Amino acid sequence: MGEAIVITSGKGGVGKTTTSANVGTALALQGKRVCLVDTDIGLRNLDVVMGLENRIIYDLVDVVEGRCKIHQAVVKDKRFEDLLYLLPAAQTSDKTAVTPEQMKKLVDELKQDYDYIVIDCPAGIEQGYKNAVAGADKAIVVTTPEVSAVRDADRIIGLLEKEENVEAPKLIINRIRSHMMKNGDMLDVDEITAHLSIDLIGIVADDDEVIKASNHGEPIALNPNSKASVSYRNIARRILGEAVPLQPLEEESKGVFSKLKKFFGVK
Amino acid sequence: MKKNQNVTIKGTKDGLTLHLDDSCSYGELKKELDRKLSENSRSDEDRLLSVRVQVGNRYLTKEQQEELKELIRQKKNLIVESISSNVITKEEAEKQKEENEVVSVAKVIRSGQVLETAGDLLLIGDVNPGGTVMAGGNIFIMGALKGIAHAGCHGNNEAVVVASLMKPSQIRISNFINRAPDNDQDEEKREMECAYIDENDQITVDRLQVLMHLRPNITRLQGGS
Repeated sequence: MGEAIVITSGKGGVGKTTTSANVGTALALQGKRVCLVDTDIGLRNLDVVMGLENRIIYDLVDVVEGRCKIHQAVVKDKRFEDLLYLLPAAQTSDKTAVTPEQMKKLVDELKQDYDYIVIDCPAGIEQGYKNAVAGADKAIVVTTPEVSAVRDADRIIGLLEKEENVEAPKLIINRIRSHMMKNGDMLDVDEITAHLSIDLIGIVADDDEVIKASNHGEPIALNPNSKASVSYRNIARRILGEAVPLQPLEEESKGVFSKLKKFFGVK
Repeated sequence: MKKNQNVTIKGTKDGLTLHLDDSCSYGELKKELDRKLSENSRSDEDRLLSVRVQVGNRYLTKEQQEELKELIRQKKNLIVESISSNVITKEEAEKQKEENEVVSVAKVIRSGQVLETAGDLLLIGDVNPGGTVMAGGNIFIMGALKGIAHAGCHGNNEAVVVASLMKPSQIRISNFINRAPDNDQDEEKREMECAYIDENDQITVDRLQVLMHLRPNITRLQGGS
Protein backbone atom coordinates (compact mmCIF):
# COMPACT_ATOMS: atom_id res chain seq x y z
CA MET A 1 0.00 0.00 0.00
CA GLY A 2 1.58 3.26 -1.15
CA GLU A 3 1.56 6.73 0.26
CA ALA A 4 0.08 9.84 -1.34
CA ILE A 5 1.92 13.16 -0.98
CA VAL A 6 0.33 16.40 -2.13
CA ILE A 7 2.65 19.25 -3.18
CA THR A 8 0.90 22.55 -2.57
CA SER A 9 1.63 26.22 -1.87
CA GLY A 10 -1.42 28.46 -2.14
CA LYS A 11 0.44 31.02 -4.21
CA GLY A 12 1.17 30.37 -7.86
CA GLY A 13 4.59 30.36 -9.44
CA VAL A 14 6.61 29.24 -6.45
CA GLY A 15 7.57 25.93 -8.04
CA LYS A 16 4.93 23.34 -7.16
CA THR A 17 5.10 21.62 -10.53
CA THR A 18 8.91 21.68 -10.67
CA THR A 19 9.05 20.32 -7.14
CA SER A 20 6.51 17.58 -7.95
CA ALA A 21 8.45 16.52 -11.04
CA ASN A 22 11.80 16.47 -9.27
CA VAL A 23 10.71 14.90 -6.00
CA GLY A 24 8.91 12.22 -8.02
CA THR A 25 11.97 11.64 -10.19
CA ALA A 26 14.28 11.56 -7.17
CA LEU A 27 12.03 9.00 -5.46
CA ALA A 28 12.18 6.85 -8.61
CA LEU A 29 15.98 7.19 -8.59
CA GLN A 30 15.84 5.68 -5.10
CA GLY A 31 14.11 2.68 -6.63
CA LYS A 32 10.55 3.46 -5.63
CA ARG A 33 7.56 3.01 -7.93
CA VAL A 34 6.13 6.49 -8.31
CA CYS A 35 3.03 7.90 -9.99
CA LEU A 36 2.87 11.65 -10.53
CA VAL A 37 -0.68 13.01 -10.63
CA ASP A 38 -1.36 16.40 -12.16
CA THR A 39 -4.57 17.85 -10.68
CA ASP A 40 -4.26 21.22 -12.39
CA ILE A 41 -7.13 20.47 -14.75
CA GLY A 42 -7.34 23.02 -17.52
CA LEU A 43 -3.82 24.34 -16.98
CA ARG A 44 -1.70 21.22 -16.96
CA ASN A 45 2.09 21.63 -16.93
CA LEU A 46 3.57 18.62 -15.25
CA ASP A 47 3.59 16.64 -18.52
CA VAL A 48 5.61 19.42 -20.18
CA VAL A 49 8.13 19.63 -17.36
CA MET A 50 8.51 15.84 -17.49
CA GLY A 51 8.80 15.90 -21.27
CA LEU A 52 5.90 13.48 -21.66
CA GLU A 53 3.40 15.80 -23.32
CA ASN A 54 3.25 14.09 -26.69
CA ARG A 55 2.60 10.63 -25.24
CA ILE A 56 -0.67 11.52 -23.54
CA ILE A 57 -3.66 9.55 -24.80
CA TYR A 58 -6.12 9.60 -21.92
CA ASP A 59 -6.18 11.88 -18.89
CA LEU A 60 -7.43 12.09 -15.32
CA VAL A 61 -10.94 13.19 -16.28
CA ASP A 62 -11.22 10.24 -18.70
CA VAL A 63 -10.38 7.88 -15.85
CA VAL A 64 -12.82 9.51 -13.42
CA GLU A 65 -15.63 9.44 -15.96
CA GLY A 66 -14.94 5.82 -16.81
CA ARG A 67 -13.83 6.30 -20.41
CA CYS A 68 -10.66 4.31 -19.74
CA LYS A 69 -8.83 2.31 -17.08
CA ILE A 70 -6.10 3.90 -14.95
CA HIS A 71 -3.33 1.81 -16.54
CA GLN A 72 -4.38 3.09 -19.94
CA ALA A 73 -4.14 6.72 -18.87
CA VAL A 74 -0.82 6.68 -17.00
CA VAL A 75 2.16 7.61 -19.15
CA LYS A 76 5.35 5.66 -18.48
CA ASP A 77 8.62 7.57 -18.23
CA LYS A 78 11.02 5.68 -20.54
CA ARG A 79 14.08 6.97 -18.67
CA PHE A 80 13.17 4.56 -15.90
CA GLU A 81 12.60 0.84 -15.93
CA ASP A 82 8.98 0.58 -14.80
CA LEU A 83 9.37 3.03 -11.91
CA LEU A 84 8.05 6.45 -12.89
CA TYR A 85 4.58 7.17 -14.29
CA LEU A 86 2.47 10.26 -14.87
CA LEU A 87 -1.30 10.60 -14.73
CA PRO A 88 -1.86 13.81 -16.69
CA ALA A 89 -4.63 16.33 -16.07
CA ALA A 90 -7.19 17.12 -18.74
CA GLN A 91 -6.59 20.31 -20.65
CA THR A 92 -10.08 20.68 -22.08
CA SER A 93 -12.26 20.74 -18.95
CA ASP A 94 -11.91 22.70 -15.71
CA LYS A 95 -11.50 21.97 -11.99
CA THR A 96 -15.21 21.26 -11.49
CA ALA A 97 -14.99 18.20 -13.76
CA VAL A 98 -13.81 16.18 -10.74
CA THR A 99 -15.09 15.99 -7.17
CA PRO A 100 -12.96 15.38 -4.05
CA GLU A 101 -14.72 12.01 -3.55
CA GLN A 102 -13.75 10.88 -7.06
CA MET A 103 -10.17 12.02 -6.49
CA LYS A 104 -9.97 10.12 -3.23
CA LYS A 105 -11.20 6.95 -4.91
CA LEU A 106 -8.70 7.40 -7.71
CA VAL A 107 -5.75 7.97 -5.39
CA ASP A 108 -6.76 5.00 -3.22
CA GLU A 109 -6.73 2.86 -6.33
CA LEU A 110 -3.30 4.15 -7.37
CA LYS A 111 -1.95 3.40 -3.89
CA GLN A 112 -2.44 -0.31 -4.61
CA ASP A 113 0.06 -0.21 -7.47
CA TYR A 114 2.65 2.41 -6.49
CA ASP A 115 4.89 3.17 -3.53
CA TYR A 116 4.42 6.91 -3.81
CA ILE A 117 1.72 9.03 -5.40
CA VAL A 118 2.98 12.59 -5.85
CA ILE A 119 0.03 14.93 -6.39
CA ASP A 120 0.73 18.28 -8.03
CA CYS A 121 -1.81 20.76 -6.66
CA PRO A 122 -3.03 23.83 -8.56
CA ALA A 123 -2.61 27.32 -7.07
CA GLY A 124 -5.45 28.69 -4.99
CA ILE A 125 -7.64 27.29 -2.24
CA GLU A 126 -10.75 26.44 -4.23
CA GLN A 127 -12.06 23.29 -5.88
CA GLY A 128 -8.71 22.35 -7.43
CA TYR A 129 -6.97 22.47 -4.06
CA LYS A 130 -9.77 20.47 -2.44
CA ASN A 131 -9.50 17.81 -5.13
CA ALA A 132 -5.74 17.56 -4.75
CA VAL A 133 -5.86 17.20 -0.98
CA ALA A 134 -8.79 14.77 -0.85
CA GLY A 135 -6.77 11.60 -1.31
CA ALA A 136 -3.47 12.71 0.27
CA ASP A 137 -1.85 11.17 3.34
CA LYS A 138 0.98 13.67 3.58
CA ALA A 139 1.51 17.22 2.39
CA ILE A 140 4.52 19.26 1.38
CA VAL A 141 4.13 23.03 1.29
CA VAL A 142 6.41 24.88 -1.14
CA THR A 143 7.27 28.50 -0.53
CA THR A 144 9.88 31.01 -1.67
CA PRO A 145 11.65 33.48 0.64
CA GLU A 146 9.14 36.21 -0.22
CA VAL A 147 6.64 37.70 2.20
CA SER A 148 3.68 37.09 -0.11
CA ALA A 149 4.56 33.44 -0.68
CA VAL A 150 5.10 32.87 3.03
CA ARG A 151 1.74 34.50 3.78
CA ASP A 152 -0.05 32.15 1.39
CA ALA A 153 1.89 29.18 2.74
CA ASP A 154 0.65 30.11 6.20
CA ARG A 155 -2.91 30.16 4.94
CA ILE A 156 -2.57 26.80 3.21
CA ILE A 157 -0.96 25.21 6.30
CA GLY A 158 -3.97 26.40 8.29
CA LEU A 159 -6.28 24.67 5.81
CA LEU A 160 -4.17 21.50 5.72
CA GLU A 161 -4.23 21.25 9.51
CA LYS A 162 -8.02 20.97 9.28
CA GLU A 163 -7.81 17.97 6.93
CA GLU A 164 -8.16 14.85 9.01
CA ASN A 165 -6.56 12.47 6.55
CA VAL A 166 -3.41 14.56 6.04
CA GLU A 167 -0.41 14.39 8.40
CA ALA A 168 1.24 17.61 9.66
CA PRO A 169 2.65 19.28 6.51
CA LYS A 170 6.37 19.65 5.77
CA LEU A 171 8.04 22.70 4.25
CA ILE A 172 10.26 23.22 1.21
CA ILE A 173 11.83 26.64 0.75
CA ASN A 174 12.46 27.05 -2.95
CA ARG A 175 14.48 29.55 -5.05
CA ILE A 176 16.83 30.64 -2.31
CA ARG A 177 19.32 33.32 -3.34
CA SER A 178 22.05 32.97 -0.77
CA HIS A 179 23.59 36.40 -1.31
CA MET A 180 20.24 38.13 -0.74
CA MET A 181 19.56 36.09 2.34
CA LYS A 182 23.01 36.89 3.69
CA ASN A 183 22.47 40.62 3.17
CA GLY A 184 19.10 40.42 4.88
CA ASP A 185 17.22 41.42 1.72
CA MET A 186 15.29 38.17 1.80
CA LEU A 187 13.67 36.28 4.65
CA ASP A 188 16.12 33.69 5.87
CA VAL A 189 15.47 29.98 6.35
CA ASP A 190 15.25 30.12 10.15
CA GLU A 191 12.90 33.08 10.05
CA ILE A 192 10.50 31.33 7.68
CA THR A 193 10.56 28.04 9.55
CA ALA A 194 9.97 29.77 12.89
CA HIS A 195 7.16 31.84 11.44
CA LEU A 196 5.32 28.92 9.86
CA SER A 197 6.20 26.59 12.76
CA ILE A 198 6.28 23.39 10.71
CA ASP A 199 9.16 21.00 9.96
CA LEU A 200 11.52 21.85 7.13
CA ILE A 201 12.08 18.99 4.69
CA GLY A 202 14.39 20.75 2.26
CA ILE A 203 15.77 23.94 0.77
CA VAL A 204 16.47 24.47 -2.92
CA ALA A 205 18.73 27.19 -4.26
CA ASP A 206 17.67 29.39 -7.17
CA ASP A 207 19.43 27.80 -10.12
CA ASP A 208 19.25 28.69 -13.83
CA GLU A 209 19.81 25.01 -14.63
CA VAL A 210 16.37 24.17 -13.18
CA ILE A 211 14.62 26.39 -15.72
CA LYS A 212 16.80 25.10 -18.54
CA ALA A 213 16.08 21.50 -17.62
CA SER A 214 12.33 22.15 -17.32
CA ASN A 215 12.28 23.68 -20.78
CA HIS A 216 13.93 20.55 -22.15
CA GLY A 217 11.42 18.31 -20.43
CA GLU A 218 14.17 16.79 -18.39
CA PRO A 219 13.78 17.11 -14.58
CA ILE A 220 16.92 18.54 -13.02
CA ALA A 221 17.00 15.67 -10.52
CA LEU A 222 18.32 13.47 -13.33
CA ASN A 223 21.47 15.61 -13.62
CA PRO A 224 23.75 14.64 -10.70
CA ASN A 225 26.08 17.63 -11.18
CA SER A 226 23.56 20.31 -10.34
CA LYS A 227 23.17 21.72 -6.87
CA ALA A 228 19.39 21.83 -7.12
CA SER A 229 19.42 18.19 -8.16
CA VAL A 230 21.23 17.24 -4.94
CA SER A 231 18.64 19.23 -2.99
CA TYR A 232 15.78 17.29 -4.59
CA ARG A 233 17.53 13.97 -4.08
CA ASN A 234 18.04 14.86 -0.43
CA ILE A 235 14.35 15.71 -0.08
CA ALA A 236 13.48 12.29 -1.52
CA ARG A 237 15.82 10.61 0.97
CA ARG A 238 14.20 12.55 3.81
CA ILE A 239 10.76 11.42 2.60
CA LEU A 240 12.07 7.86 2.81
CA GLY A 241 12.99 8.52 6.43
CA GLU A 242 16.74 9.14 6.17
CA ALA A 243 18.28 11.91 8.25
CA VAL A 244 20.15 14.08 5.74
CA PRO A 245 21.63 17.40 6.87
CA LEU A 246 20.82 20.56 4.87
CA GLN A 247 23.48 21.51 2.33
CA PRO A 248 25.31 24.81 2.77
CA LEU A 249 23.98 27.70 0.71
CA GLU A 250 27.25 29.39 -0.35
CA GLU A 251 28.31 28.60 -3.90
CA GLU A 252 31.81 30.10 -4.01
CA SER A 253 33.59 27.44 -1.97
CA LYS A 254 34.93 24.58 -4.09
CA GLY A 255 36.11 21.70 -1.96
CA VAL A 256 33.88 19.49 0.13
CA PHE A 257 35.99 20.21 3.18
CA SER A 258 35.65 23.98 2.97
CA LYS A 259 31.93 23.60 2.35
CA LEU A 260 31.61 21.55 5.49
CA LYS A 261 33.68 24.04 7.41
CA LYS A 262 31.42 26.84 6.27
CA PHE A 263 28.33 24.89 7.24
CA PHE A 264 29.47 24.25 10.77
CA GLY A 265 31.31 27.53 11.16
CA VAL A 266 30.11 30.99 12.06
CA LYS A 267 26.98 32.08 10.26
CA MET B 1 -57.72 41.04 56.64
CA LYS B 2 -54.58 39.91 54.79
CA LYS B 3 -51.60 38.01 56.08
CA ASN B 4 -48.55 39.73 54.70
CA GLN B 5 -48.21 42.54 52.31
CA ASN B 6 -46.81 41.53 49.01
CA VAL B 7 -45.54 44.97 48.18
CA THR B 8 -43.58 47.12 50.60
CA ILE B 9 -42.04 50.48 49.93
CA LYS B 10 -38.96 51.51 51.81
CA GLY B 11 -37.12 54.76 51.74
CA THR B 12 -33.40 54.73 52.17
CA LYS B 13 -30.86 57.45 51.83
CA ASP B 14 -30.20 56.28 48.27
CA GLY B 15 -33.84 56.57 47.29
CA LEU B 16 -36.90 54.36 47.28
CA THR B 17 -36.83 50.61 47.20
CA LEU B 18 -39.82 48.52 46.26
CA HIS B 19 -39.75 45.06 47.77
CA LEU B 20 -41.96 42.65 45.91
CA ASP B 21 -42.70 39.39 47.69
CA ASP B 22 -41.77 36.23 45.82
CA SER B 23 -44.36 33.82 47.31
CA CYS B 24 -47.51 35.16 45.64
CA SER B 25 -48.48 34.76 42.03
CA TYR B 26 -47.37 37.27 39.42
CA GLY B 27 -50.98 38.31 38.74
CA GLU B 28 -51.63 38.95 42.40
CA LEU B 29 -48.45 40.92 42.66
CA LYS B 30 -49.38 43.12 39.77
CA LYS B 31 -52.80 43.81 41.19
CA GLU B 32 -51.44 44.75 44.58
CA LEU B 33 -48.71 46.88 43.12
CA ASP B 34 -51.28 48.74 41.14
CA ARG B 35 -53.45 49.30 44.20
CA LYS B 36 -50.58 50.28 46.44
CA LEU B 37 -49.25 52.83 44.04
CA SER B 38 -52.68 54.36 43.55
CA GLU B 39 -53.16 54.71 47.34
CA ASN B 40 -50.34 56.97 48.29
CA SER B 41 -50.77 59.60 45.75
CA ARG B 42 -47.78 61.79 45.12
CA SER B 43 -49.36 63.64 42.28
CA ASP B 44 -48.64 66.98 43.90
CA GLU B 45 -44.95 66.42 43.37
CA ASP B 46 -43.78 66.67 39.83
CA ARG B 47 -40.18 65.79 40.53
CA LEU B 48 -39.17 62.44 39.09
CA LEU B 49 -38.05 59.92 41.66
CA SER B 50 -35.95 56.90 40.92
CA VAL B 51 -36.79 53.62 42.53
CA ARG B 52 -35.09 50.28 42.82
CA VAL B 53 -37.14 47.13 42.62
CA GLN B 54 -36.19 43.99 44.52
CA VAL B 55 -38.08 40.87 43.57
CA GLY B 56 -36.42 38.33 45.87
CA ASN B 57 -36.36 34.77 44.59
CA ARG B 58 -38.75 35.40 41.73
CA TYR B 59 -37.63 35.00 38.15
CA LEU B 60 -38.99 37.67 35.83
CA THR B 61 -38.88 37.31 32.08
CA LYS B 62 -37.87 40.27 29.94
CA GLU B 63 -41.54 40.93 29.14
CA GLN B 64 -42.57 40.83 32.79
CA GLN B 65 -39.79 43.22 33.71
CA GLU B 66 -40.97 45.64 31.07
CA GLU B 67 -44.54 45.27 32.27
CA LEU B 68 -43.62 46.11 35.85
CA LYS B 69 -41.51 49.07 34.77
CA GLU B 70 -44.40 50.35 32.72
CA LEU B 71 -46.84 49.89 35.57
CA ILE B 72 -44.68 51.77 38.06
CA ARG B 73 -43.92 54.53 35.63
CA GLN B 74 -47.56 55.10 34.78
CA LYS B 75 -48.74 55.41 38.34
CA LYS B 76 -46.36 57.90 39.77
CA ASN B 77 -43.47 60.07 38.88
CA LEU B 78 -41.34 57.08 39.50
CA ILE B 79 -38.55 55.85 37.31
CA VAL B 80 -37.33 52.30 37.71
CA GLU B 81 -33.61 52.40 38.14
CA SER B 82 -33.04 48.68 38.36
CA ILE B 83 -34.80 45.41 38.93
CA SER B 84 -32.79 42.93 40.90
CA SER B 85 -33.59 39.32 41.47
CA ASN B 86 -31.80 36.55 43.31
CA VAL B 87 -32.38 34.08 40.50
CA ILE B 88 -31.11 33.82 36.94
CA THR B 89 -31.73 31.17 34.32
CA LYS B 90 -29.24 28.43 33.59
CA GLU B 91 -28.62 30.02 30.21
CA GLU B 92 -27.73 33.36 31.75
CA ALA B 93 -25.54 31.64 34.31
CA GLU B 94 -23.67 29.79 31.59
CA LYS B 95 -23.21 32.99 29.62
CA GLN B 96 -21.90 34.74 32.71
CA LYS B 97 -19.53 31.89 33.37
CA GLU B 98 -18.29 31.97 29.78
CA GLU B 99 -17.74 35.69 29.94
CA ASN B 100 -15.74 35.37 33.11
CA GLU B 101 -13.55 32.43 32.33
CA VAL B 102 -10.14 32.39 30.71
CA VAL B 103 -10.16 30.05 27.73
CA SER B 104 -6.74 28.64 26.93
CA VAL B 105 -5.89 27.57 23.40
CA ALA B 106 -2.63 26.00 22.19
CA LYS B 107 -2.54 26.78 18.47
CA VAL B 108 -0.94 28.89 15.79
CA ILE B 109 -3.57 31.22 14.34
CA ARG B 110 -2.60 31.36 10.68
CA SER B 111 -3.54 33.68 7.85
CA GLY B 112 -7.28 33.55 7.23
CA GLN B 113 -8.13 31.93 10.56
CA VAL B 114 -10.31 33.59 13.20
CA LEU B 115 -10.42 32.51 16.84
CA GLU B 116 -13.17 33.97 19.02
CA THR B 117 -13.96 33.50 22.70
CA ALA B 118 -16.66 35.02 24.90
CA GLY B 119 -14.41 35.72 27.88
CA ASP B 120 -10.67 36.12 28.23
CA LEU B 121 -8.39 34.34 25.78
CA LEU B 122 -5.06 32.79 26.66
CA LEU B 123 -3.33 31.81 23.44
CA ILE B 124 -0.31 29.57 23.72
CA GLY B 125 1.11 30.12 20.25
CA ASP B 126 1.41 32.85 17.63
CA VAL B 127 -1.03 34.95 15.68
CA ASN B 128 0.48 35.13 12.20
CA PRO B 129 -0.14 38.01 9.78
CA GLY B 130 -3.66 37.73 8.35
CA GLY B 131 -4.88 35.78 11.38
CA THR B 132 -7.37 37.24 13.87
CA VAL B 133 -8.10 36.61 17.54
CA MET B 134 -11.21 38.08 19.17
CA ALA B 135 -12.38 37.98 22.76
CA GLY B 136 -15.20 39.50 24.78
CA GLY B 137 -12.63 40.10 27.48
CA ASN B 138 -8.85 40.37 27.57
CA ILE B 139 -6.42 38.67 25.21
CA PHE B 140 -3.17 37.18 26.50
CA ILE B 141 -0.79 35.82 23.88
CA MET B 142 2.18 33.74 24.99
CA GLY B 143 3.71 33.86 21.49
CA ALA B 144 4.09 36.51 18.84
CA LEU B 145 1.18 38.73 17.84
CA LYS B 146 1.68 39.62 14.18
CA GLY B 147 -1.93 39.61 13.03
CA ILE B 148 -5.04 41.27 14.43
CA ALA B 149 -6.19 41.12 18.04
CA HIS B 150 -9.61 42.44 19.05
CA ALA B 151 -10.19 42.56 22.82
CA GLY B 152 -13.48 43.57 24.44
CA CYS B 153 -15.17 42.99 21.10
CA HIS B 154 -18.67 43.43 22.55
CA GLY B 155 -17.82 46.90 23.79
CA ASN B 156 -15.59 46.58 26.85
CA ASN B 157 -13.22 49.54 26.98
CA GLU B 158 -11.39 48.10 29.96
CA ALA B 159 -10.13 45.11 27.98
CA VAL B 160 -6.42 44.75 27.24
CA VAL B 161 -4.20 42.87 24.81
CA VAL B 162 -0.99 41.36 26.13
CA ALA B 163 1.65 39.62 24.00
CA SER B 164 5.15 38.23 24.46
CA LEU B 165 6.08 39.74 21.12
CA MET B 166 3.96 42.73 20.14
CA LYS B 167 4.13 43.23 16.37
CA PRO B 168 0.45 43.43 15.44
CA SER B 169 -0.85 44.59 12.10
CA GLN B 170 -3.83 45.98 14.01
CA ILE B 171 -5.04 46.16 17.57
CA ARG B 172 -8.70 46.69 18.29
CA ILE B 173 -10.16 47.25 21.71
CA SER B 174 -13.94 47.65 21.99
CA ASN B 175 -14.58 49.95 19.01
CA PHE B 176 -11.18 51.62 18.92
CA ILE B 177 -8.65 50.68 16.28
CA ASN B 178 -4.93 51.24 16.11
CA ARG B 179 -2.58 49.97 13.45
CA ALA B 180 1.13 49.54 13.12
CA PRO B 181 2.95 52.56 11.69
CA ASP B 182 3.57 52.23 7.95
CA ASN B 183 7.33 52.63 8.25
CA ASP B 184 7.60 49.87 10.78
CA GLN B 185 11.29 49.28 10.36
CA ASP B 186 12.15 49.93 13.98
CA GLU B 187 14.43 47.30 15.34
CA GLU B 188 12.96 47.65 18.79
CA LYS B 189 12.36 44.40 20.56
CA ARG B 190 8.69 44.92 21.48
CA GLU B 191 8.71 42.09 23.94
CA MET B 192 6.34 41.60 26.87
CA GLU B 193 3.98 44.45 26.11
CA CYS B 194 0.35 45.30 26.60
CA ALA B 195 -2.17 47.50 24.80
CA TYR B 196 -5.02 49.35 26.48
CA ILE B 197 -7.26 52.38 25.99
CA ASP B 198 -5.79 55.36 27.85
CA GLU B 199 -7.62 58.36 29.31
CA ASN B 200 -7.47 60.14 25.92
CA ASP B 201 -9.33 57.29 24.23
CA GLN B 202 -6.20 56.20 22.41
CA ILE B 203 -4.89 52.68 22.22
CA THR B 204 -1.53 52.79 23.94
CA VAL B 205 1.18 50.14 23.99
CA ASP B 206 3.39 49.89 27.05
CA ARG B 207 5.34 47.43 29.20
CA LEU B 208 2.97 44.89 30.63
CA GLN B 209 3.92 45.78 34.22
CA VAL B 210 1.84 48.99 33.98
CA LEU B 211 -1.37 46.94 33.93
CA MET B 212 -1.12 46.16 37.61
CA HIS B 213 -1.95 49.83 38.29
CA LEU B 214 -4.14 50.56 35.28
CA ARG B 215 -6.33 47.47 35.34
CA PRO B 216 -6.32 46.07 38.86
CA ASN B 217 -9.45 44.07 37.98
CA ILE B 218 -7.37 41.64 35.98
CA THR B 219 -6.23 40.18 39.28
CA ARG B 220 -8.74 37.55 40.24
CA LEU B 221 -6.85 36.13 43.17
CA GLN B 222 -8.72 36.73 46.41
CA GLY B 223 -6.74 37.32 49.57
CA GLY B 224 -3.10 36.35 49.65
CA SER B 225 -0.46 38.99 50.01
